Amino acid sequence: MTEVTELSLPEADAPHAREVLLNLGPQHPSTHGVLRLVLELDGEYVARVDPHIGYLHRGTEKLAESFTYTQIFPLTDRLDYLCPPSNNLAFALAVEKLLGIEAPIRAQYIRVLMAELARISGHLLIIGALPMDLGAMTALLYAMREREMIMDLMEMISGARMHTSFCRVGGVREDLPDGFFPKIREFCDIFPNRIRDYERLLENNRVFLKRTQGIGVISAADGIDLGLSGPNLRASGVDWDIRRDEPYEIYDRLAFNVITRDEGDCYARWRCRVEEMRESVRIIEQCLDQMPDGPFQIDMPTIAFPVDKDRVHCSMEALIQHFDLSAYGFKVPKGEVYSAIEAPKGELGFYIISDGSPKPFRMKVRAPSFVNLQALFGVTNARYLADMIAVLGSLDPVMAEVDK
Amino acid sequence: MSAETSLIRTLIAERFGEAIEELGFSHGVHAFAVPPDMIVELCRFLKKHPALRFDFLSDICGVDHYPEMPRYEAVYHLYSLPNKWRVRIKCRLGDPPRVQSVTGVWRTANWHEREAWDMYGIRFEGHPDLRRIYMWEGFEGFPQRKDFPLRGYKDKLNPFGAEGPPPTQPDLATNDIP
Repeated sequence: MTEVTELSLPEADAPHAREVLLNLGPQHPSTHGVLRLVLELDGEYVARVDPHIGYLHRGTEKLAESFTYTQIFPLTDRLDYLCPPSNNLAFALAVEKLLGIEAPIRAQYIRVLMAELARISGHLLIIGALPMDLGAMTALLYAMREREMIMDLMEMISGARMHTSFCRVGGVREDLPDGFFPKIREFCDIFPNRIRDYERLLENNRVFLKRTQGIGVISAADGIDLGLSGPNLRASGVDWDIRRDEPYEIYDRLAFNVITRDEGDCYARWRCRVEEMRESVRIIEQCLDQMPDGPFQIDMPTIAFPVDKDRVHCSMEALIQHFDLSAYGFKVPKGEVYSAIEAPKGELGFYIISDGSPKPFRMKVRAPSFVNLQALFGVTNARYLADMIAVLGSLDPVMAEVDK
Repeated sequence: MSAETSLIRTLIAERFGEAIEELGFSHGVHAFAVPPDMIVELCRFLKKHPALRFDFLSDICGVDHYPEMPRYEAVYHLYSLPNKWRVRIKCRLGDPPRVQSVTGVWRTANWHEREAWDMYGIRFEGHPDLRRIYMWEGFEGFPQRKDFPLRGYKDKLNPFGAEGPPPTQPDLATNDIP
């Protein structure tokens, strides 16, 4: 018999004597960031997984306690960096609820439009990255091509490609630029055909199907128990989408389908995302059709900078308010709020406790990736190492959001 | 909205009497305050009751109300997938903060509780694996407490940290976790 490597396992090592301890990560391409998995392997069988996270912990919540509400927007960008507009939107909604205000309708359309663009951009990455983890490079390269178009659109809107920080409490920073509509219409025309291309590339690919179908099955009850949300839970057959069930912004004016699958395996999770991108394109097209003219920023000089700069130059009160707002921020009434949106990864919630000052007393981020990653415990026990990589890829965690 | 509030309130009052205090409805969430020794019972009740079915645990978070007393708080956000209701359960904790773990009710509570332990030092009794999750093993103190400096304490690795003695919590040493 082959010799089993001697291990320095912690206490009670007798039952584990045949097992090999393997460190996967924190620097490993298939962990999608800085995730470290300590695996106890019996041959290729994963007997136990112990994820170690926190390599990217920046203390977002602690930092937020010393920032004004407007200053927190860039922090939220860096949670799920594949789709910052969604994070901005979630945070802005929470603060707006506390303030008891609502953004103007045009601003709501712009925000939803950006959030859906971000959803496509986030899904595109994972749709390409999951096959890449399993050995099929091509899809990712095509996905990056389309993602580039979204990056260009983001750049057009906000001037930044990734960390847009475009939302503000009570609206957005600027109106949409000239020439934006033809550009995004062009994208909406091209993109559905490209989705078809990804499908054609992979849905009949036998290697891809073998490695994803029936792998990492999560039942609906298990998914709920493990706190999964978003496409990961919908792939297990739970028909829950916050956009439809607790509509925020103008989602109640838009028609879209909630995509669910019944299988609950890696392929279902991949497939859910592919089809969600189609729905996102539909939502974007409706936004473009319905978007009204009007202000993009709430007209409250104590909360938002005036759109008309002349007001600041000509009126003493406006000047003082402008100074006050930029130097100290705005005060938010005492209270607490939990506000959740359907981010690309799942339920993204912000729990804010305000003590009446311009800075939050406590800000908690309910990060979907953090909870989704935990499900790796529940499904990978007694699985092959190669399958675990597929499960990890299909759960689509973004480590920046996991570690906050 | 008012109908569901009164339903949740009546059902809880029927089962628990005066022990659970109602904190009202705001921004789409019903809030209740519960003593720390009843949290598991209440969660199980909310999850299992056929009219309520709060089957989804959204979030658990720690709060430090320093210098107010009692200082700590554990806040639970529950969601009912069939009814689409949200509930917030607040649990004020003394010093050192201890509360029963709800990992037996929802498996997802595991990491949330580890995070609250790591950041606030809230001890969840009955948790199967209460280790630090973000900070490294051997880190001293609980960084999200209000008396922990934003820059951390000055040491070899952190020359720009705040002056002062590293915090000592003899009763909360990391090595005596059950």
